[in-house]
Amino acid sequence: MSTVTEGVEPGDLESGPINRSPKLAALMAGQPDHESGVSLWRGAFRRMRRNPSAIVGAVIVLAFVIIAVCAPLIAPYDPANSAWINQVTPEDVPGPSAGHPLGLDPSGSDELTQLIFGARQSLIIGVVATGIGLIVGMTLGTLAGAFGGWVDTAVMRVVDIMLSIPGLMLAVSVAAVLGRRPISIMIAIAAVQVPVFARLLRGSMLSQRRQDYVLASFSLGLRRRTVVMSHVLPNSVGPVIVQATLTLATAIIEVAALSYLGLGDPDPAVAEWGRMLVKAQDRLQSDPQLTLLPGACIAVTALGFTLFGEALREALDPKSRR
Amino acid sequence: MLRFVVRRILLLIPVLVGLSVLLFIWVRALPGDPAKALLGEKGTPAAVARLNAQYGFDQPIHVQFIKYVGQLVRGNFGSSAVSGEPVLPTFVERFPATIELAVAALLFAVIVGIPLGYLAARRAGGALDLFLVSGSLLGTVIPVFVLAYLLKVVFAVGLPGHIGGFKLSSLAFLPASGRQDVAIDATHITNFYILDGLLTREWDSAANAAVHLILPAIALGSIPLAIVVRMTRASVIDVLGEDYVRTANAKGLAKSLITRRHVMRNALLPVITTIGLQTGGLLSGAVLTESVFAFNGIGSYLFNAIGSLDYSVLQGFILIIALVYSLVNLIVDLLYGIIDPRIRTS
Repeated sequence: MSTVTEGVEPGDLESGPINRSPKLAALMAGQPDHESGVSLWRGAFRRMRRNPSAIVGAVIVLAFVIIAVCAPLIAPYDPANSAWINQVTPEDVPGPSAGHPLGLDPSGSDELTQLIFGARQSLIIGVVATGIGLIVGMTLGTLAGAFGGWVDTAVMRVVDIMLSIPGLMLAVSVAAVLGRRPISIMIAIAAVQVPVFARLLRGSMLSQRRQDYVLASFSLGLRRRTVVMSHVLPNSVGPVIVQATLTLATAIIEVAALSYLGLGDPDPAVAEWGRMLVKAQDRLQSDPQLTLLPGACIAVTALGFTLFGEALREALDPKSRR
Repeated sequence: MLRFVVRRILLLIPVLVGLSVLLFIWVRALPGDPAKALLGEKGTPAAVARLNAQYGFDQPIHVQFIKYVGQLVRGNFGSSAVSGEPVLPTFVERFPATIELAVAALLFAVIVGIPLGYLAARRAGGALDLFLVSGSLLGTVIPVFVLAYLLKVVFAVGLPGHIGGFKLSSLAFLPASGRQDVAIDATHITNFYILDGLLTREWDSAANAAVHLILPAIALGSIPLAIVVRMTRASVIDVLGEDYVRTANAKGLAKSLITRRHVMRNALLPVITTIGLQTGGLLSGAVLTESVFAFNGIGSYLFNAIGSLDYSVLQGFILIIALVYSLVNLIVDLLYGIIDPRIRTS
């Protein structure tokens, strides 16, 4: 079977040694011409615009990013301001009032302000953690995928070892070594992602290496570095980018879990959804809103990234393009 | 088949060796002196000296590693810095509780998830499908411990107030914590409380243990449930489009027969693999769920160890859990090789 070109099902092509251009192949398969000449990513964008769950996901993600970035402008108060502590009693935390649309939190701060700044904290931790995970994971994956042989074996054994520890426990052990610092949560969450990214990229690169264009580049006398960096890698990152979007959702949930386990950011002045949940624990019966609000923020944000990531996967997956 | 089994088992060895090396380095990377880090508050000079002799923290690194592996092989996984309890016996004593909980959670996910996934696939694109798919998405994005709290406050503790004439606190009919009521004087043989109740014919103590499992199992099973629903749905939709299903329909076979013999039998294969892949998530989730419900398994023990930074318990438990996790994955792989012969050769 000749190389399967984008958007064309294997059965649509006659088998043979000739690698037809995508346009020709699509025409031969009887597909309309409107998508020819469209790059993979632009085509994916077009398909996503037609997918309602992609729109919902994108709106949530966009709103989350805007709130996180503009937190100081939107929030009614300063997050460290706990001037209303005298209104909080062991039995009751004041609910919504004129000055505090969502009421107070158990430390006497404005709940809405805490939620808004919590978004900022989630975005920072999620993006930095996923960034670290991507850099390390993609480096490992590229090494394994580009060199093969013993480099591949060595890298994949390390990946296997990391995957043999359940995610949360790997994060916990990394966070324990690094001590309670803000950066240690990010590295802990990144550590869980590294093997996933590495494995995905390696698999994706291996399947690209068998493509004819790689053989062609080598026959043209291009150096391995050029072939890997400017041909194989750009064609292999699709699944990794999808995974990174989905990982942002898990990262936000994991931050909360680490906070719950007592490994969160040690600075009490930093507003963080996970810690808000922990502080609300013993007030669940009297003030359930203190649990429901940050819980809903985490769920909605994670939902946004999940919807967006899955729509992206669908848009990039040749099988779903009919 | 034998070659496949042997190769798969051999692949486990480098992982285990690497893991013990990793945890060996981990203890030495902890802030401060390793013996003191492992002993925590109780680090008297005598205890530090004893640990140094046992693991040779004051000797060259290769001697230390040999001593560490020697201790592991003898089944010494260290002891808790807080309570002094040895790690391995504690783990063995508490593991049945976690297995019971994990099995209950998986049963919940499978029994509820497969029919729902099938329904969604049958009505793909319809309102019920949309409802089930979005519901299962929600299941994956709510943090486990938040769901556990909510279940506990609604169905065990009871919310104040009422909606209409309905008192919210009347929903709270389930136990809030523990594995069994203390008032029940049950005999425990295996530490699997339900099994113990059945073995000793103490039916009410078995029932009591089962009732205690309901809320934790739902909380822990929420993510597997969501995954099973989506996986079953996707898989059934795939199979429904296959030629052999069309043929079966054309032959005029009864619908129920097609569903049973042709659709479900083929659609469940990928679902089984997905279920096998849930072990890691269940073990991680157990740490969060068990602590909410004060359920005495390895999860709640680990939760306390994390809280008090009990490094020896962390080191030992993580090693044992990784071992269990790798073994379960091995078994799942082998089972899958039996179910689907194509896997063996690849």
